[in-house]
Amino acid sequence: MAHVARRINVALVVFLLFYLVIGLLQPNYLEPAGAMNFLRRAAPLAILAAGQLFVLISGGFDLSVGSLVTLTVVGGSMLTANDPGNTWWAIAALYATGLCVGFINGAVVAYLRTPSIIATLGTLLSVNGVAMMWSGGSPRGYLPENFRMFGRLVFHDVPVVKIFPAAILVFAVVWALAQWGLHGTVFGRRVFAVGDNARAAQLAGVQVASVRIAVFVISALAAVTAGILLGGFGGVSVDVGVGLELQAIAACVVGGAQLMGGRGTLVGAVAGALTLTALFTLLTLLGWPQPLKETAQGVILIIAVAFGAWRRRRTG
Amino acid sequence: MRLFKWIAPAVSGTALAIAAPYAASAQNFDDPREFQAARDLLKMTPSGPEGKPWEQNLGGKEVDTSKYKKPGPYRICFSNAGVDNPWRVVGWINMQAQVDVLKDDIKSFKAADAQGKDDKQISDINAFVQSGDCDALIVSPNTTAALTPAVEAACKKLPVIVFDRGVLTTCPVTFVNPVGGYGWGIQTADFIVSKLPKGGKVLALRILPGVDVLETRWSAANRIFKENGVNVVGAEFTGGDNAKTKQIVEDYINKNGRIDAVWMDAGATAVAALEAFEDSGQPYPIITGEDQEDFLKKWKEKGLTAMAPTYPTYQWRAPVIAAVKVLKGEPVIGPTWKLPQPVITQGDLDKYVDDKMPPLHYAMCGCKDLPGYPQRWGGK
Amino acid sequence: MSSANVIAPSFPRRRVPAAPLLLLLGSVALYIGVAFSTGQTRMLEVEGVVGLLQRMVALGIVAIGQTFVILAGSIDLSVANLISVAAVLASFIMQGRPEMMLVAVVAVLAVSAVVGFINGALVSRLQVSPFIATLGSGLILQGLLSASFTNFAGSVPIEFQAVAYGALGPLPYSVIGLFLLAILASILLRATKFGAHLFAVGGNAEGARLAGIRTDLVIIGAHVLCSLTAGVSGLYLASRLRSGAPWVGRDGVYDLESIAVVVIGGTLLAGGRGGVWGTLAGVLLFAVLDASFNMLDVSAYPKLVLRGGIVIAAVAIYTFRSRELAA
Repeated sequence: MAHVARRINVALVVFLLFYLVIGLLQPNYLEPAGAMNFLRRAAPLAILAAGQLFVLISGGFDLSVGSLVTLTVVGGSMLTANDPGNTWWAIAALYATGLCVGFINGAVVAYLRTPSIIATLGTLLSVNGVAMMWSGGSPRGYLPENFRMFGRLVFHDVPVVKIFPAAILVFAVVWALAQWGLHGTVFGRRVFAVGDNARAAQLAGVQVASVRIAVFVISALAAVTAGILLGGFGGVSVDVGVGLELQAIAACVVGGAQLMGGRGTLVGAVAGALTLTALFTLLTLLGWPQPLKETAQGVILIIAVAFGAWRRRRTG
Repeated sequence: MRLFKWIAPAVSGTALAIAAPYAASAQNFDDPREFQAARDLLKMTPSGPEGKPWEQNLGGKEVDTSKYKKPGPYRICFSNAGVDNPWRVVGWINMQAQVDVLKDDIKSFKAADAQGKDDKQISDINAFVQSGDCDALIVSPNTTAALTPAVEAACKKLPVIVFDRGVLTTCPVTFVNPVGGYGWGIQTADFIVSKLPKGGKVLALRILPGVDVLETRWSAANRIFKENGVNVVGAEFTGGDNAKTKQIVEDYINKNGRIDAVWMDAGATAVAALEAFEDSGQPYPIITGEDQEDFLKKWKEKGLTAMAPTYPTYQWRAPVIAAVKVLKGEPVIGPTWKLPQPVITQGDLDKYVDDKMPPLHYAMCGCKDLPGYPQRWGGK
Repeated sequence: MSSANVIAPSFPRRRVPAAPLLLLLGSVALYIGVAFSTGQTRMLEVEGVVGLLQRMVALGIVAIGQTFVILAGSIDLSVANLISVAAVLASFIMQGRPEMMLVAVVAVLAVSAVVGFINGALVSRLQVSPFIATLGSGLILQGLLSASFTNFAGSVPIEFQAVAYGALGPLPYSVIGLFLLAILASILLRATKFGAHLFAVGGNAEGARLAGIRTDLVIIGAHVLCSLTAGVSGLYLASRLRSGAPWVGRDGVYDLESIAVVVIGGTLLAGGRGGVWGTLAGVLLFAVLDASFNMLDVSAYPKLVLRGGIVIAAVAIYTFRSRELAA
């Protein structure tokens, strides 16, 4: 029994607890439609956390994902300019941009030996600057309906769950890819190895530089995906990505990822994202003022990590 | 050692909790005299050139500026709090275009962007004054109290014109701004009260607490709501975030069954709020947004019962005009110059809605006659 | 943060280029160059230079504290929010009354020390990652603060405003104070046992522990010092802005910027190597960038792009020669 208990992710338990309380306060959330809406809202953060997890496991940080989300929404509005015909190549262009940013992050860390905190901090500033420069401070176009459908479309009259948001489909695809990539391929094992002890991994023949670049690219692509969902759901705005990088890191950490690298699970990251979203929803329902939500986030963070550290010491 | 760890946060927490009630009264955003003054201003007819509200004034008197007279062309400096929101972006473009209109009188126009930091803006103003390269200084303060000493020091060396937010000194030649937050609250609340069915439910959506211009809007509106016994089911902070706005509106619709009207202290997330009604399959509410194009477009397309108050971006034109006048020794309205604060009603809507302009463009910009329109503002 | 240090490989002793000196010369050259090329030579006069130095104070004070923490192999993300707390607390207690000045200063320093203690204890005793521990404590501070105060609180009496606005001749007290603080910090690092222990713990925590150093006390000490400097910076800002508001720390981005200038100044993020003068040189670089962008009339957005690039470049310049793997 203890063996099973140790395997269950703490974040999952905490999430279910929070969600139960939410359900008590607002019974809508216990209905399938309410639950689906909740999942739709949590999807972008879960996707960001999934991408960030790769970077964290490899021992680094990616602070630039929030600004990349902003660039995706702003850039999306500039490229599509309310013309649905532009949507597909605009999305392709945005992913290409994400690829570049991820590559730059990874290259700076791998080849210029710059710590990822600094490298991605620099990228954060620059990407924000680019988004602002490009749009002149205010996005120029509306996002057309077929761009927004990823974040906003909901299938109605679905059996069992009543409604099914497209965003959850996107998230499911991302989860499947990430799960396979991290836990089912040799590449995934290399990411763990690099995070655990980069020097040893290198001596064992792992191309550390390629792994580093790859994880930052993955994180960036996840950020673009999350941006498409957020832009779709919320529409055009200037500061949609602010603070998301810290939330993504927090989600991974709450889900059991270790910040020094080498440990973490995708289920944990997703559970962490769900927990944080549930926490925010709960506090809004309780009518807590915004600032106290930050306090709650801080407390949860510390407790989650302290608990994880304590558990690691107990089990060696 | 272990016990100490718990005492500390408990102590700080208690201290801050005790402080809370004192803090609430620290700054008064609910002044009945200001409220009445705003009501009076809104009733006044503006004087000044027809069709150019940025050159008009509501009352006020002229000040003599002959002591500042200098031969042109002039070097003007501008300390900008920042361009960190679309309202300021439109305003800043307006200002730059206005400078182009007066290019024969203006030799150089330098701007320093404080990126929303008081500390930096103080240093920026000091640097301008010290450089000796400015004949006049325009300031858009980041916060009122903090920038006062720097403005006072600047006043001693050159004419200063303040706009948007004020400072706690009357040393500037003039302080330009529209009627202000109380006026906004009055205009919007009066509208909702006039349209609301009996027993109707109003949801108030606010951006952040503690922002002076926003707090006064809410306090004025709330006063009117209370006087008329309006049922305000909630006043929530959205943080200006579209996704959060949708979540709040959805939750309130679920809790209350229906929402009849939405009051907003700024228009940034108005469209998101309306989309939340769509997503929930509810009829559109009565809504007060702002003069952003995306809101105006939605208003027209869906036939909403709505109005758009404004905190007009054309106020960014006035300080440049004033600066040139001051340096020419011509009189300007001072020490406070109140600009008209119009609203967009159903009847005016067609004049302002324009889907070739960017979604977050502010229609009441007074910029149609400025050089570079519409491309400079991002339009087609 | 110091994962590579548990079993310390003896990496080759590479020569860290004299980062502080390079930065200093580079910044000065940039400032002079821009002033001449834009014809604003008055910025090179005493008042102009003083204005430049004044830009350094708020960030400089807290960056000195951050240097200690990073040297110990830790990091402090709570400083921005602690600065806000300090500024608000100070002006709230003072309420414009000169007799409360001392009480306010003592209270702020006490609260800062407590926060630093908690941070240090979380990191060293509960083994919480410094990134998370200080991120969490910062969020808690900010939340409690913003829930209690939504705007400027109280005000600072004229006598206290002398801290930010008073001057000895042309030199403001605050600038003199910054350099005195730097000298003190430097002495603490180079000439005391604590300093030596700090370098040891940062360089190799396990080895330091085995050598008999109380690593937890050293880490706690470093965090307390850092939080104290955040408190002092908050006091300075309260004086300069005449009151404290819950957003001063956040708006100034003191957390990420203090980390950036420390690293730019040559202190390794892994700990164990660096110093205070390098940090100050980094702060000077940022101040010069601000002043230069103003002189060149660079608009806000390109500034952001350039700043990001400069942050990376300033660090990459000496890390790219490292043979260690970065994370």
